Amino acid sequence: MEKKLKVAALRNGTVIDHIPSDKLFKVVSILHLDVTLNQITLANNLDSAKIGSKGLIKISERALEVDETNKIALIAPNAKINIIREYEVVEKRPLVLPEEIIEIVQCCNPNCITNHQPVTTRFHVINNENEILLKCHFCEREVRQEEVKIK
Amino acid sequence: MSNNSLVSISDYSKDEILSILDSAAEFEANPNRKILDGKVIATLFFEPSTRTRLSFETAVIRLGGSIIGFSDAATSSSSKGETLNDTIHMVSCYADAIVMRHPLEGAARYAAEVSPVPIVNAGDGANQHPSQTLLDLYSILKTQRTLENLTICLVGDLKYGRTVHSLIMAMSHFHPTFKFIAPEELKMPDEYKLFCRKNNISFTEENELNENFNDADILYMTRVQKERFQDLMEYERVKNVYTLKNAMLEHTKPNLRILHPLPRVTEIDPDVDKNEKAYYFRQAQNGLYVRQAIVSKVLNSITFKSEKK
Repeated sequence: MEKKLKVAALRNGTVIDHIPSDKLFKVVSILHLDVTLNQITLANNLDSAKIGSKGLIKISERALEVDETNKIALIAPNAKINIIREYEVVEKRPLVLPEEIIEIVQCCNPNCITNHQPVTTRFHVINNENEILLKCHFCEREVRQEEVKIK
Repeated sequence: MSNNSLVSISDYSKDEILSILDSAAEFEANPNRKILDGKVIATLFFEPSTRTRLSFETAVIRLGGSIIGFSDAATSSSSKGETLNDTIHMVSCYADAIVMRHPLEGAARYAAEVSPVPIVNAGDGANQHPSQTLLDLYSILKTQRTLENLTICLVGDLKYGRTVHSLIMAMSHFHPTFKFIAPEELKMPDEYKLFCRKNNISFTEENELNENFNDADILYMTRVQKERFQDLMEYERVKNVYTLKNAMLEHTKPNLRILHPLPRVTEIDPDVDKNEKAYYFRQAQNGLYVRQAIVSKVLNSITFKSEKK
């Protein structure tokens, strides 16, 4: 198969590749790309040998901070982050789940204060015998990473 | 945030727990001490809980403090849509500490983080109720003269019962052995069994109440609530099987005491009340002394022995 670029090369900025197609717009949302003024290229439902169908984001003239890219670890842990300068990859950024997740997760407990009042959500990440749990800082309810609800 | 708040029993170290219990014993010996003279304590009960509210208010009044507050959210401005954040800020203009009961889980932790004055959690939904846990510990200490190496039998609703979960956390400092006795539907959740294993606490699980507790030092009964069952036939069966009767206590240890957070319904037959092993009414009275100790501690009105350097 002829291999060609479906989207134009980026001069300076950040490329987020290998996002599962159903997670692309969640990533857009948690990085607040819907309100940024930088030039952004989105692509979705691209063929991927690894995951079947993938999404891709290119953000021009902005290198994302580590605490921004780590937010992606929660919903697309296998996404690939490349920081580009003058068309060259200058950094391959590994994704690390932070110890604390602020704001982007919604508590699954309907009786939690965060679901009733204007309270910023906060979760502690717990490594528990081969599974990752998120514990609500407020109601103390734990939920498995796969069952997390993204706001 | 005021660091003196008490939201969850896990906020207190073993030493802090022991110093609260020491201080409760001193208040029991002499409950009327004017150490909160001139202090104003707010009791904000966003859901009614007459027993807990009266206990806290009596504790404050016996220490010479004054009470403001409400006993039902319908009479507070939260019924007009005021946020908890605003209510707490408004009340902290008037009060030196806030005792709060709230139907939503996590409300107490949130209040403690936004409040300039200490918050005492008097129950946040199904989450935490640390003054209940401390009064349970005080009752255990008083009746057994130690908290160390006791066999504690927890009976009834071990799935949803927050008092038993908090008791496991609190007792984990004192090398207990647990026996969990619950119907299949209301078994102890895995996370607490995992907690026990991680802390080298041995436990066993049983399905039936009958005479599984002859080696126990404490029999902690809880209410089995009808609304927890999908199958009402099953509820009827469980209700009858999980009733403690006086005759069942015949072969128990002489030091055994029966605790219950109250209110009880059918799980303890009234014929147990006269048995000297029944301790649940005195347990409720112990709550007063423990709450005197808690309110004094959050207001720094007493110096604890363990904190003197």
